[in-house]
Amino acid sequence: MYVAVKGGEKAILNSHELLAERRRGDPEVSELGIRQIKEQLTLAVDRVMTEGSIYDPDLAALAIKQARGDLVEAIFLLRAYRTTLARFGATEPIDTARMAVQRRISAAFKDLPGGQVLGPSFDYTHRLLDFDLMQEAETAPEAERAPKPVDDDMPRVADILDSEGLIEIDEPDDEEREVADLTRQPLTFPAERDQRLQNLARGDEGFLLALGYSTQRGYGRNHPFGGEIRMGEVAVELTPEELGFPIEIGEITVTECQMINQFKGNEDTPPQFTRGYGLTFGHCERKAMAMALVDRALRSAELGETPAFPAQDEEFVLYHADNVEASGFVQHLKLPHYVDFQSELQMVRRLREQFEARKRGEAAE
Amino acid sequence: MSGTVGGHDLAPGFADPVLGSQSAFRGVLEAMSRPGRVVTLSTLPTAPAPLDPATAALALTLMDFDTPLWLDDAATTDSVTDYLKFHCGCPVTGEPDTARFAIVADAALMPPLDAFDPGNDLYPDQSTTVILQMKSLAEGPRLRLTGPGIERDAIATVDGLPAGFLDQWAANRTLYPLGVDMILTCDEAVLGLPRSIELEG
Amino acid sequence: MTEAGRSTATAGRSVGEAYNFAYLDEQTKRMIRRCILKAVAVPGYQVPFGSREMPLPYGWGTGGIQVTASIIGPDDTLKVIDQGADDTTNAVSIRRFFARVAGIETTDRTAEATVIQTRHRIPEHPMREDQILVLQVPKPEPMRYLEPRELECRKIHGFSEYGLMHVQLYEDIAKFGEITTTYDYPVMVNRRHLMSPTPIPKFDNPKMHRFPALQLFGAGREKRIYAIPPYTEVKSLDFDDHPFEVQTWDECCALCGAEDSFLDEVITDDEGGKMFVCSDSHYCGERRAAGHVGPMEGEDAPSFARPADQEADGS
Repeated sequence: MYVAVKGGEKAILNSHELLAERRRGDPEVSELGIRQIKEQLTLAVDRVMTEGSIYDPDLAALAIKQARGDLVEAIFLLRAYRTTLARFGATEPIDTARMAVQRRISAAFKDLPGGQVLGPSFDYTHRLLDFDLMQEAETAPEAERAPKPVDDDMPRVADILDSEGLIEIDEPDDEEREVADLTRQPLTFPAERDQRLQNLARGDEGFLLALGYSTQRGYGRNHPFGGEIRMGEVAVELTPEELGFPIEIGEITVTECQMINQFKGNEDTPPQFTRGYGLTFGHCERKAMAMALVDRALRSAELGETPAFPAQDEEFVLYHADNVEASGFVQHLKLPHYVDFQSELQMVRRLREQFEARKRGEAAE
Repeated sequence: MSGTVGGHDLAPGFADPVLGSQSAFRGVLEAMSRPGRVVTLSTLPTAPAPLDPATAALALTLMDFDTPLWLDDAATTDSVTDYLKFHCGCPVTGEPDTARFAIVADAALMPPLDAFDPGNDLYPDQSTTVILQMKSLAEGPRLRLTGPGIERDAIATVDGLPAGFLDQWAANRTLYPLGVDMILTCDEAVLGLPRSIELEG
Repeated sequence: MTEAGRSTATAGRSVGEAYNFAYLDEQTKRMIRRCILKAVAVPGYQVPFGSREMPLPYGWGTGGIQVTASIIGPDDTLKVIDQGADDTTNAVSIRRFFARVAGIETTDRTAEATVIQTRHRIPEHPMREDQILVLQVPKPEPMRYLEPRELECRKIHGFSEYGLMHVQLYEDIAKFGEITTTYDYPVMVNRRHLMSPTPIPKFDNPKMHRFPALQLFGAGREKRIYAIPPYTEVKSLDFDDHPFEVQTWDECCALCGAEDSFLDEVITDDEGGKMFVCSDSHYCGERRAAGHVGPMEGEDAPSFARPADQEADGS
């Protein structure tokens, strides 16, 4: 038994071989291809890219394959790859108002310029297992598209409210101000919103979902409306120093959520709506919405509310959102701790002797 | 790597940037861990005048676009700034209190120590490290150092400290754990003077 | 920037993988090196650093690995221990990592190593000025259990207001007649900064005091680096009427007979049988090689108790 703990190099290598064998599964079944994962497990790929902090569907698919479908492990693989990549510069902010929209809905208005566009969504599906999918289909499903899919002009809902002055004004930061980057500098407190949004975007979907949910149940209620959720393609632009103007270097799919929250105002601020913001790579709607709820909750101090609940607690949320950190530390309890355990054994034995001696003394009296 | 920038030759950096900076780092780590000990760096780049090779090695090892650098007038030459821009990419600042590093090539031109950033109560690490070029780290007035890194005391004989330096250092000491750290350089050698050290003349 | 990109700088005997020497890119190393120098300048103070995701999980030594990767060079010889032993799985894994990405020499001999990375122990063998000890740190903030907020902890260190910790320790004495902290026992460094010595047993605390080698501490997940320069004063907190004491054993090491080393308790059967052996596997092996014999030696010794030299370390 003790030998197993000190297994050494050979045991590690054997374990890796077993892992590879399990990953492959029954060799009678054809091996899963990266393209299959990329094309058919797209939402898994999107989550891994978002929390893995790198937009690369091929590598995300590879990570999912290598991790045997464990998405947190896949996120870790992608992060560890990303971390030593050379950094060439920072792109211009993406402009989601110029998004080629696939999906766009607002719960705050019945209709609005550009209309509601459902796009591909689980919403309104009946969650009945589709046993047809047990077999490979002979023909690929094909959806009908409108001749002209969506309006070119699709203003963001928050911008519509903005024009009436009903919603807080989102002042852009000074262009000269460098945007924080958690992959290069650790969190500092109090955290600025750029740090916070990056942290939440990289944060674990399940953790943010639970926290966002808790605000809805009264642990830091902030009266949210799903102002707008949009998903589609946006251009990524970079301004090379030698050119001095931005050039498009590619296109990425993102999901954006703007929550609109009622706010009664305070001494200095009139009643108005406030914002919570969520953004993810790919199509991660649940994550984007949860992120927007938590972003708004974390603005409570800034808006003069008294932070009292977990979702409003900046250090609590930001320090515990990262699943690569959390997974590593929870699982490090598998590492040997026998030196410390030995120290505790001695202590507990001694305290027990004292305890029993005291009991004996009391009984004798 | 070497090249020509702005019509004059650019001095090359480390022959092997990865191992050169590793070796120089271990040298400066030893110097800062054992204040008073003169450490000769074993791998050195060609330095643009008036920088000493050790000063240039420290720049290549520690500075980049995240570390604003302040240069005294003596070090502010085209060949030095081009060298640092090309090899390190560090921004040069005119305000000593915004600098992460400062290079002082001529001690007479060094501003008082309190002109540099001593860090703050929450983050005393965010202070300036001043690299001061000396006339000699082998001969000169005798200094006695005590503090972390030193078994009992260390004696340094250095030539080229600015006038009134001991008083400035004593004032820097009172800020502890805030304060400016210094690395004295001469030719190929470095001597560490972290803020934790007491100096006597 | 003139840095060697991937796959160019595999000096030493690396397997030539598509990574920089010692895995980290040069920009990351520079950042960590700057932090290490600041840590040395303020002994015991935790310097925040831009910790990277390593190919090993957070909590498994990523802080120590990043510190080691930032200091190590082709001339170094590395020893890695976990729980004092060279052959624990994670020590093997970390040693393999460096042999692979830096192509450096590794050893299990304390005296031969120039850099020793450790988790939970300080070697029994005295260390020298020309060596560096790198400690892996899970929780760098000694005040964290008393004050969970980082900002508040920073203020506590900034203004040296450690009263809470003294109260906590004294409450222990009031309740149990002694301080019940047995590992990660807080120390005061250079009379100024309260510091976590990492989860070493308090048995090892006195070794830190005026230690001839530089001690570097890396916490990857918590993104902190700190240091104790050589010969720095390191004092375990205590009270005049309750001076600091280390663990002692009635037994000696069953294999080498050592009475001065930290002993692990090993269960030998399911009837309460147990034995005590040195946690520092190299120390124990060296003593046995020199002819020291414990009460349970020779053929009866369990398989792990072979002299360390017989165990290839894979490098």
